[in-house]
Amino acid sequence: MSVSPAEVRSPETGEETERDLPWVTIVWNDPVNLMSYVTYVFQTVFGYAKPKAEKLMLDVHHKGRAVVSSGARESMERDAETLHGFGLWATVSHDS
Amino acid sequence: MTGQGHGRDGDPDQQDNDSTERGEVPVARFRASQGGVTARFGAAQARIVRDLVGQVAELLGADPETGEVPGPDGSDGEDLEASFGLTDATEAPRDPVLARLLPDAYRDDPEAAGEFRRYTELSLRDGKVAAARTVLGTLPARGGRIRLSQPDAEAWLRALNDVRLALGVRLGVTDDFEEVGNGINPADPRAAYVWVYHWLAYLQESLVEALS
Repeated sequence: MSVSPAEVRSPETGEETERDLPWVTIVWNDPVNLMSYVTYVFQTVFGYAKPKAEKLMLDVHHKGRAVVSSGARESMERDAETLHGFGLWATVSHDS
Repeated sequence: MTGQGHGRDGDPDQQDNDSTERGEVPVARFRASQGGVTARFGAAQARIVRDLVGQVAELLGADPETGEVPGPDGSDGEDLEASFGLTDATEAPRDPVLARLLPDAYRDDPEAAGEFRRYTELSLRDGKVAAARTVLGTLPARGGRIRLSQPDAEAWLRALNDVRLALGVRLGVTDDFEEVGNGINPADPRAAYVWVYHWLAYLQESLVEALS
């Protein structure tokens, strides 16, 4: 799944999209999800390389949360929905 | 998060020779095989997995026989809103397990959370029920060796995770570093599920490794 902000810029809502850009998807720590599984999900959903996926997973584990993607609100909502499908606790927010 | 899928006390590998029902064959774990994964389940293990996966699917509103998800008013989902993938639900479910499986996407904005739920909850439920049906459709009740394609294995991964999330809520798993089931009296019927919870973590971990 692409998280590139460029793809969501549409001519008629260009101004709003500008303001919408700093939206982020946050994954929160959860005592049940396996660390290996969370890493796997980040690789699968975002296409992140394993080192990046592992770093994000460890951020979630140690800091309680991590920003896993950023871009327009609609794509962040898609990311959150996908992550909910995998059982991760994800929220959308206007910045971290 | 937890890293306890293996290498801790109660590692199911150490319990292969138990004479209890789970000891009839070695505890199931997944291994990579050409184009997918494979595992061998004893009948009791298969029954536990099918039972729990079926319960989660049922909780998510599906008829376990047909997998059909009823509409919010208990109808069969053929009303207009449901056919557009919309639900009336804008609040998180009251059942704590459902609330964990179908979480709010906005922490401090109930209106945005409600709107998101209205547009996504039905397809989220459908996806989870479909994953559960994949497990029920590929794991015979009598157990035995199963082979899963990559897509089926991924559905298994999600369904096992949902079961573990559900058990985690029921067992009161709230802290990363606390021993699971600490506060549960051995006479509590939930105590039996502490072992199941650990075993499913082991099984899921083996599946992640087999897919990686």
